[in-house]
Amino acid sequence: MRIAASMEGVHYVLHAPQGDTYADLLFTMIERRDSRPPVTYTTFQARDLGASTADIFKLACKEAVDRFKPSAVLVGASCTAELLQDDPGGLAKTLDLNIPVVPLELPSYQKKETWGAAETFYRLVRACAGNRQRPDNVPANSCNILGPTSLGFRNRDDVREITALLTSNGLDVRVVAPLGARPEDLAQLPDAAFNIVLYPEIAETTARWLQKAYGMPFLSRVPIGVGETRLFVAEARAMAGLEAENEVRQDGDRLTWYSRSIDSTYLTGKRVFIFGDATHAIAAARIAANELGFQVCGLGTYMREFARDARAAAKEYGLDALITDDHLVVEDAIIEARPELVLGTQMERHIAKRLRVPCAVISSPVHVQDFPARYSPQMGFEGANVIFDSWVHPLMMGLEEHLLSMFRDDFEFNDGATASHLHAHSPATGAVSDAKAGDGSVSDQITLPNAASLWTDEAERELKKVPFFVRGKARRNTETFAADNGIHPITVETLYDAKAHFAR
Amino acid sequence: MNQPVSPNCATGSTIRQRGQHEVFCGLTSIIWLHRKVQDAFFLIVGSRTCAHLMQSAAGVMIFSEPRFATAIMEERDLAGMADMHDELDAVVDKLLQRRPDIKMLVLVGSCPSEVIKFDLSKAAERLNRVHAPNHRVLCYSGSGIETTFTQGEDNFLTALVNEAPRAPARNPAKLIVAGCLPDVVEDQFARLFEDMGVDGVEFLPGRNSSAMAGIGPATRFILAQPYLGATAAALESRGAKRIDALFPLGEEGTTAWLQAIADAFGVAEDRFEAATAAPRKRAQAALKAYRPWLDGRRIFFFPDSQLEPSLARFLFRETGADILEVGSPYLHREHAAGELALLPPGTSISEGQDVDLQIDRARASNPDLIVCGMGLANPFEAEGRLTKWSIEFAFTPIQGYEQAGDLAELFVRPLKRHSVLSEGLGIKEAASCS
Repeated sequence: MRIAASMEGVHYVLHAPQGDTYADLLFTMIERRDSRPPVTYTTFQARDLGASTADIFKLACKEAVDRFKPSAVLVGASCTAELLQDDPGGLAKTLDLNIPVVPLELPSYQKKETWGAAETFYRLVRACAGNRQRPDNVPANSCNILGPTSLGFRNRDDVREITALLTSNGLDVRVVAPLGARPEDLAQLPDAAFNIVLYPEIAETTARWLQKAYGMPFLSRVPIGVGETRLFVAEARAMAGLEAENEVRQDGDRLTWYSRSIDSTYLTGKRVFIFGDATHAIAAARIAANELGFQVCGLGTYMREFARDARAAAKEYGLDALITDDHLVVEDAIIEARPELVLGTQMERHIAKRLRVPCAVISSPVHVQDFPARYSPQMGFEGANVIFDSWVHPLMMGLEEHLLSMFRDDFEFNDGATASHLHAHSPATGAVSDAKAGDGSVSDQITLPNAASLWTDEAERELKKVPFFVRGKARRNTETFAADNGIHPITVETLYDAKAHFAR
Repeated sequence: MNQPVSPNCATGSTIRQRGQHEVFCGLTSIIWLHRKVQDAFFLIVGSRTCAHLMQSAAGVMIFSEPRFATAIMEERDLAGMADMHDELDAVVDKLLQRRPDIKMLVLVGSCPSEVIKFDLSKAAERLNRVHAPNHRVLCYSGSGIETTFTQGEDNFLTALVNEAPRAPARNPAKLIVAGCLPDVVEDQFARLFEDMGVDGVEFLPGRNSSAMAGIGPATRFILAQPYLGATAAALESRGAKRIDALFPLGEEGTTAWLQAIADAFGVAEDRFEAATAAPRKRAQAALKAYRPWLDGRRIFFFPDSQLEPSLARFLFRETGADILEVGSPYLHREHAAGELALLPPGTSISEGQDVDLQIDRARASNPDLIVCGMGLANPFEAEGRLTKWSIEFAFTPIQGYEQAGDLAELFVRPLKRHSVLSEGLGIKEAASCS
């Protein structure tokens, strides 16, 4: 559906029960689209179950093609319709529609949305660009951009940023697909020299097929972050047969200087937990570690297909990658890692809110606020600027951090208060918490069982003097230290011994 | 305005259509039910699509501990039935360990679980044996093949009624108000009942999961929401008697609704007058302010929640709007009879939907305001038409006297906004119209 809605002139007939039309809202509300997505749902009900659902599908398909006159039609089944086994592909073929009909086999009980989008794009490209004759003289600097879709995280602005970057480097960008493309444009894909895969999870399958069928090489480095953008430009130029520049121009890069300026010193070693789709999570870890000087304390993705890439990336930071689509497991991992900043999806935002840890969104699934009106790419040099602002913003400003650790009892500017430039938010009511009264930090609540008896009152009071955003870590380190050395109970002395032991 | 209407005017012109619909399934009712019943947890047994729906619909709210979730069916669940029950048991065990404060666990059926005939009621019975008395386990269907939008609540309330104990006929008459109302509205009605001298009123659903009082032949019930056909049938099967009334939207609707209760419980006329006179005046005064915006405006309703006939009646009778078409996903003729009888003759009523044809009709009639779901609203706006998204009526306090003005304001807001943005009429000036 994301693919159909990304393109022009493609209609999707989906065999689905009534109610599944909620998916339209993702486009009309979250992305604020100004037209209905090109999807017709059969919307069968209980009374239709039986022989007639196949007829309902055929009628819907026929009417959709007559009404919308697409250049190509996709047909498929939703998870419920899959159980009915009506074979939309076969049914559509009996209709003699005079346009390409692309049946989709999307096993919804095994595979997920991204896989579905990748598979749909691949099937559609095969249907439109199969059996083409490549022109004899393809200009070496011509390329296509593959992967951006509707509902993709910041895809709209990434495409603009990267297209401008490539054009300014003398490349000729031909087709951008699926976003904004028509089936006729897909037929033109083999007319370019090579492909650039911006979102591997969507377009890698397609790029591989184009390589096999037409010998088109592809570049799939993801230009998120200053370093990766530089490498990306260098590789794109090389692929286009342009000579290497001595120095890649970094017009508009401010991240590098912002990150070096002294007010960013306090960012050094801040613990950051990263989770999202594989592309964005891996890129974020690189920026966090190499360009902002954070310490990556957790890295994971919900995409099993990219588990290997995520594991390899996590190894660089001495971590085991977290591969899961269960947000409760993610929550436990965040509690375990005690980060000072969480970079994740909409779900991690919920978790971070509960734990009162600063958070920024780096990957879909996202909500309406992450389809902003302003220009806000993640890719290229402007993307790096956007990233600097949005990741640093949730953190307490450096000076406030100092004041908090020096003076602990100011009546309005106290322990556990958020930074002055953010809303004061009250902890969620109704949350089940075992917080001790007066303890502002929820991330400090989650302690080992019967931890209370481990600490002397005096040590517990001393722990409260540790700034709240690192208190959880101090508690855990001290308890680990005490357990390793057979110390019981924990005294003030133990707290400081542990601090010295774990000194960063 | 108040010309007599022939009783058949509305029923004579019903458009019944089937085709593609643009509606929510019953699962969406969980979004407000889980806020209302504070110690209940709603566990959907369904596919990733169901989970996705709930996440998109409720994802804007950032809960630290949401009280609903989806147990996702996988490939291997489809292969054999026995282990699906085992898996559900394991999920429930884990959930109850994590949230011991849950008093009532509600298993909600979805399209996939129904198509494969997974017997949730059996599962609920079994789980009840394991987890009672600490946790009650109920089940109902919220699937799209069975239910649209608000019908999910209907099925949930039916499950609650079926669990309630039976009461003997000789008990004193008691009132049940059926239909989920915002807390503030419930409190207002409770005060009005007290002033009228009607006591022992029970609201269904209650704010917590404690079991209902007994239901029997002495029980009277009144619907606060129009989408409760199954709930009404379940109450009637216990011998309870329905009090027939308009729904409590607008001043007229609220008065008629309260008057029906007063008549059923023998409340003296002067006592009724004393209880309702002041809030009636307030409601009329509030409505007066919005009337200039709506008087003579032509309004088209797409089907969504079954509230449409009541909303149309309110707009026509109390704000002077002109109604072009009233679409409702389903029409419970008996419950909606009073509403339909008050609509102007010739209003076209449509039940069910063929969405493309209905869009064609809406465009052809060129309304001043289209009441429709979010899947259609922005595309209509982009065509230069004004819309009011209909889901808001399920999430906003609109019933009763004190909300009559708020209800009109919901329809006025898009009209006002349009004049502010298009005529460059400053907010200050526009506000002076209200």
